[in-house]
Amino acid sequence: MANTEVSFVRTETLPPMAPPIGEQGIVKWLRENLFATPANGALTLVALYVIYVILSGSMPWIFNGVWNTSSLTECREVLDGTRGACFSVLTERWHQLIYGFKYPPDAYWRPNLTFVLMLVAIAPVLFFDLPRKMLIFTAIFPFLAYWLIWGGTIMTPIIALLGVVAGGFVYTRFVASNFAIGFFGAILAALVVWIIGGFMTPDTANENAMLQAVPSRDMGGYMLNLMLGVVCVSLSIPLGIALALGRQSDMPLIKWICVVFIEFVRGVPLITLLFVASVMLAYMFPPGTTTDLFLRVVIMITMFSAAYIAEVIRGGLAALPKGQYEAADSLGLDYPQAMRLIILPQALKISIPGIVNVAVGLFKDTTLVSVISMFDILGMIRGPILGGAAEWNGVYWELFLFACIIFFVVCYGISQYSQWLERRLATDHR
Amino acid sequence: MAILSDPPEGPFRLSMLLSDTRYRSLTLQAITALVLALCLAYLYRNISTNLQAQGLSLGFSFLQDPSGYDINQRLVEYTSQSTHARAALVGILNTLLVAVLACITATIFGVIAGVLRLSNNWLVSKLMAFYVEIFRNIPVLIWIIIIFTIMTNVMPTPRAFRGDAATSSMLFDLFAFTNRGVYIPGPGFSNPFFASVGMNWLLVIAVLVGSFFGARAIGTWATKIQEATGDRPTTWYMILGVWLLPVAILLTVMGLTWDIPALKGFNFTGGIKIGGPLIALWFALSIYTGAFIAENVRAGIQAVSKGQTEAAGALGLRPGRIMNLVVLPQALRVIIPPLISQYLNITKNSSLAIAVGYADITATLGGITLNQTGRAIECVLLLMLFYLTASLLISAFMNVYNASIKLKER
Repeated sequence: MANTEVSFVRTETLPPMAPPIGEQGIVKWLRENLFATPANGALTLVALYVIYVILSGSMPWIFNGVWNTSSLTECREVLDGTRGACFSVLTERWHQLIYGFKYPPDAYWRPNLTFVLMLVAIAPVLFFDLPRKMLIFTAIFPFLAYWLIWGGTIMTPIIALLGVVAGGFVYTRFVASNFAIGFFGAILAALVVWIIGGFMTPDTANENAMLQAVPSRDMGGYMLNLMLGVVCVSLSIPLGIALALGRQSDMPLIKWICVVFIEFVRGVPLITLLFVASVMLAYMFPPGTTTDLFLRVVIMITMFSAAYIAEVIRGGLAALPKGQYEAADSLGLDYPQAMRLIILPQALKISIPGIVNVAVGLFKDTTLVSVISMFDILGMIRGPILGGAAEWNGVYWELFLFACIIFFVVCYGISQYSQWLERRLATDHR
Repeated sequence: MAILSDPPEGPFRLSMLLSDTRYRSLTLQAITALVLALCLAYLYRNISTNLQAQGLSLGFSFLQDPSGYDINQRLVEYTSQSTHARAALVGILNTLLVAVLACITATIFGVIAGVLRLSNNWLVSKLMAFYVEIFRNIPVLIWIIIIFTIMTNVMPTPRAFRGDAATSSMLFDLFAFTNRGVYIPGPGFSNPFFASVGMNWLLVIAVLVGSFFGARAIGTWATKIQEATGDRPTTWYMILGVWLLPVAILLTVMGLTWDIPALKGFNFTGGIKIGGPLIALWFALSIYTGAFIAENVRAGIQAVSKGQTEAAGALGLRPGRIMNLVVLPQALRVIIPPLISQYLNITKNSSLAIAVGYADITATLGGITLNQTGRAIECVLLLMLFYLTASLLISAFMNVYNASIKLKER
């Protein structure tokens, strides 16, 4: 018995066999993902056909494109009857699409530099890991950007900055004792500095300034879209916070003012607000004053996005557990302190993705200004380029493709950032 | 144990208005009211002085003046001799028309794309993700203008349909797609009950509403039988009859005829013309909003936990019934609220009609009427009032609907 030569059971493990050919590699993937059922296979074929139609239509057109002619007729001659795009409209008119048709060409470096600086200024706001010292630059950036884009005397942004610094100084000095004194004192201090500065600046300062002054009606193209988007979103966040807090207030009058404002603005289309800016707001300013259309549009778009941001932040405030409010009360904090130190940091964190979505929507909506005859990128395409001189009359695919790409890149980028942020801010364990 | 003590009694001092919580909110509100009143008074003064300087006065009597402009796309009778108020009515109906059409098609696009995006077919779901991302991230105004430009530049002119060497032909000899718009056969009555066309159609709609309640009654009756006996009677032929028979009889009695578009001279006549601007606006709003709705639908279906499907399967329900009875009712609860705001967005975005010259309320009242009469304040106010009313009505109606499908807990 001890010497068993014959065993009934295999003593060593067999090497695993390769899976059947239909269960591995690309065949398995194809079968599971594309041809699981007959209906699914039919769907795949339809999808393949759609892709084929799109690609076969667009690819020859794109790759056969002409990049260096000076008019449509010339481009058609080069193409000689074959299908192809006249991208030369972009190479010839790109500066109009980006900066508008009146911005002085030798000053194009100014918006470009501003754009780069904007990325630097915005980075510490978007990415929390960056050194906090960068926020100092973010604070200076608006004044610098104003000076770079509009040009003129450097006194204007410096005085504006000094006013803000004075206000900030008064605020930090008094906020510890009483929020109201600090807040209103800061506003007062800033106003005093601005008024004194306004008297000190000579009226002729703009004439021999370092940077040539450019009036805002000369700005256009994609630059105008970006400017409106950035300015209005940044202005509307504080306003939106104030409206959201006001809507939650115990004081009925303040609450109802905020509710009426928010619901009114959210109930009407942006285009009617832009009509208000272009035809109605002029009646509301004091007689004899003329205000910039850009400024009027900024006011209305800011109000518009503030109402939407207020609703997002209200959602954030409502999502906070009641215990947070009670904890703040039990620590003996008064309302401004509780909001500043306990409630808003948490509520804003919850609402950042929502705010980013509003920002994307708002940025897309800046194209609406072309309806009230401002020459943003869409206004440039429809106005001077397509409808103007005969050189490029009839080139619409190329121009719209350019506009689509330039908007898609920015909006898709921001929404990807928002999703990344949402994942990062998610503190619950899943 | 905490003992609450009354605030110290004492003579009223002025500083207590700010420091004492009993008075502070009143003080703040009084200040707010004062500031608000001052602002409004300042605005009022500015407006009245500015208007006086231009020799204008506020008033709505201009709405009764003849408008003097033509509108191509209209649902009610209108000539250039009609009043501005009538032009505004045409505009309102056009806004509602494009909003309703776009809501329906956007929902269809959105549901199809949202469901297909969840498909386990890799290619199809990627294609749908591509559609959603492309359309969501490009402004709707660009889409409207692109589609309008394609309509006017790529579609054949009516001239292309003419002669023996016609390069284009009508689809089934019924539909004509031209760069001026799409011509479709229009229904008419040879033996109408009422002189006005609208009244006849109202009658048809009334009959259809009656059929709807009839079909509902049959359903209730069948459920009652089912609860009593356990067997559900076959009702589909009854419901079909209730829907089709009355309306068929009415249409036959009134003598339904089809007015088919035909090429006369340089253009098509007869039938219904759906103008290029309307198609551009309708289609652009549908695909743009459809992309958003697709995301809502996807989120709604994903929000129903897998356990629900499995539980329903364990109860022995068939896949179709699982979808209808278990998944969809729960998914709808998540889908409906964002869907409402998408419908509101469509209504508001339809104001972009002005960019392609579709005569909606923004283009008539806020565009031509405003420019002709110079009544900026009145026109913009009326325009806002219309949109505000429409928005509030939609959200009120949808809130009622939302409340009816809300999760009812103990």
